[in-house]
Amino acid sequence: MHLHKYEKYWLTFGVGSLIVFLLITGIMAFHNGSHPPSAKNTINHEKVDEIAPFNKPGVHKVSGKDWDYEVVVVASAFYYNPPELKIPVGSKVKFIATSKDVVHGFEISGTNVNMMLEPGYISEYTTTVDKAGEYLIVCNEYCGAGHAQMHSMLKVVDKE
Amino acid sequence: MSQTVIDQSNVNEENVTVSRKIAKKTTELLKVDSKDAKLTMAHIFVAFIALFLGGTAGLLQVLVRSGHFELPWGIGYYQVLTVHGVLLGLILTTFFIMGFHIAGVSRTSGALSSKQRLLCWIGFWSMTIGTAMAAAMVLLNEASVLYTFYAPLQAHWIFYVGLALVVVGSWIDGLGQSLRWIQWRKENPHQTSPLLSFMAVCNNLMWFVATIGLAIEVLFQLIPWSLGLVDRVNILLSRTLFWSFGHALVYFWLLPAYMVWYVVVPKVIGGKIFSDALARLSFMLFVIFSVPVGLHHQLTEPGIDGSWKFLQVVLTMMVVIPSLLTAFSLFATFEMRGRELGGKGVFGWLKKLPWGDARFFAPFMGMLIFIPGGAGGIVNASYQMNQLIHNTIWVTGHFHLTVATAVVLTFFGASYWLVPHLTGRTLTKQLNRLGIIQTIVWAVGMIIMSSSMHIEGLLGAPRRSAFSDYGGAEIAKTWASYQVAQAVGGTLLFIGIILFLYIFVKLCWFAPKGEQEFPIGTVAPHAQKTPAFLENFKIWIVILVALILIAYTFPIYDIIQNSPLGSIGYKLW
Repeated sequence: MHLHKYEKYWLTFGVGSLIVFLLITGIMAFHNGSHPPSAKNTINHEKVDEIAPFNKPGVHKVSGKDWDYEVVVVASAFYYNPPELKIPVGSKVKFIATSKDVVHGFEISGTNVNMMLEPGYISEYTTTVDKAGEYLIVCNEYCGAGHAQMHSMLKVVDKE
Repeated sequence: MSQTVIDQSNVNEENVTVSRKIAKKTTELLKVDSKDAKLTMAHIFVAFIALFLGGTAGLLQVLVRSGHFELPWGIGYYQVLTVHGVLLGLILTTFFIMGFHIAGVSRTSGALSSKQRLLCWIGFWSMTIGTAMAAAMVLLNEASVLYTFYAPLQAHWIFYVGLALVVVGSWIDGLGQSLRWIQWRKENPHQTSPLLSFMAVCNNLMWFVATIGLAIEVLFQLIPWSLGLVDRVNILLSRTLFWSFGHALVYFWLLPAYMVWYVVVPKVIGGKIFSDALARLSFMLFVIFSVPVGLHHQLTEPGIDGSWKFLQVVLTMMVVIPSLLTAFSLFATFEMRGRELGGKGVFGWLKKLPWGDARFFAPFMGMLIFIPGGAGGIVNASYQMNQLIHNTIWVTGHFHLTVATAVVLTFFGASYWLVPHLTGRTLTKQLNRLGIIQTIVWAVGMIIMSSSMHIEGLLGAPRRSAFSDYGGAEIAKTWASYQVAQAVGGTLLFIGIILFLYIFVKLCWFAPKGEQEFPIGTVAPHAQKTPAFLENFKIWIVILVALILIAYTFPIYDIIQNSPLGSIGYKLW
């Protein structure tokens, strides 16, 4: 099929940028390990309260792992348990969360911690909290009448 | 001598009569058949009633979220949001598109046969009854689940059955139109088929393949579950099926706008279609990269392996290619025409375009606003960047640029000639002027609303949420002013809807009678003949099915294989 000369330049430039873009994204993902939250563990969502680690929601210091803290969160209509999290600045944290009923969101506003919580699945994301301050956690997936009232607070505090 | 003179004048008269007859016949051939016109108008009426009601819901939403207004009579925010999403995302679009397809096929391939027309009417009534069923359930507050369903939130079964009827109706409607194109192909072997009809068939094909996933979700999961025939459904599977449809849905909205841009706008400005082959190629690329891309809506979901998400991200980005082809072709048409009219220099030709013609200006503004819309889309589908904006109001800002501006402004622009063409009236100078004003109001309103949504989304504000101060959190205070700006933009958009509906009503019943052209562009003389493979649907269907199997077989197998206990239904609104 015939292509106009300028169209060839335009497509070469466009498709070239696309390839570069996908290469960068791919290297970020598969070399640097930067994947969006895609954990695959499942759970009986009707018995979440009885199953570890969700029987003890909260911030837990751990040792011998690649991260310093595990933050265990249970979401249900329309609140998060626990309602407030405190983590020392600079720690590497693994967020572990699930839902007891419908689909919820777990978004730490203004950061890239953002994952869907679905009944039966455990969502995980590991990151370093490198800036002290108060971060609002909001539910960003419609879950019912109280959706906009579903939130909690992450406090990244200076080390004592 | 005198005898000769008389004879001569007789001959002249005969010539005049013959040429009048030819002119009349030509007008008839260039016109949509009157029965097809009625069929199209039926679709368009439902579409614009949905526009009015859905737009009103949109106005209420921006007012509520500004924090300065509360809904009266116990109406829920999410009920209004469901009305807005279902009516504008599904009903306005599907009805307008089906109507536009019918008119386009009838105009370019010829009037529908009575059987084809009957199929379209059956489709129309099935969609209309389905709409009424779903609407009744939403109004009774039995279905505040948004148009994306969100199981395990569970609506009344009538809501799901209603929407299933809308989808099935659109299949029958699309079949009626596509049969007309097949008939044309049989009657005109070895010829390139009319571009507009071909495009409508592409869109119907894509829609049919895309809605299979949705149909499986609704028929085999949601309806039995809402009827109580089964207790539990697999939530991740239902979401994955939904999103296998959800992105093709946006291309289904977009392709009719592309039809106007490729085929109609060149004629409106007096230019030529840059290349028939490139237009067809870009449509086929849209078709094959429409369905196997839905996982990019689920990037932050558990239970799906990252590599499969990444594969679909790559397939999603392939849309860049037909988009670039389209942008080049359209601007080539504009530049060729502008230079023909004497435009000089690098950008001088821009001045020569018919800015005062609403049939050009409205779709042109749509194209222009589609550029930031597309750029935002690349961010959304970018594997990692998605985490920053997923389910924030940024996304709402994004699709208000794409569907609610690029597509909707093009539909408005198309209505300015399509409606009078079908009703036997004309677009007067005054109505054309109103059309220009309408476009400006829409563009300004949308720029205000959408920019503030984008910024607020980057600051972390969630989408699909009523007003909340989030317990007095500092960050939520930074969102407030953007929400007020959205209310301002949204109010302008509502005024835009009223303006448009005023023009629409005029064009239906009050504008002066006459012939309004249904503009169909012809291909530029330098363009090469369209290769036959571009019209060979078999090749493209095989590629489409292969890509879907590659992209979805393993993830769906994996979801079913590793599925947790299913979910019972919840009614939390």
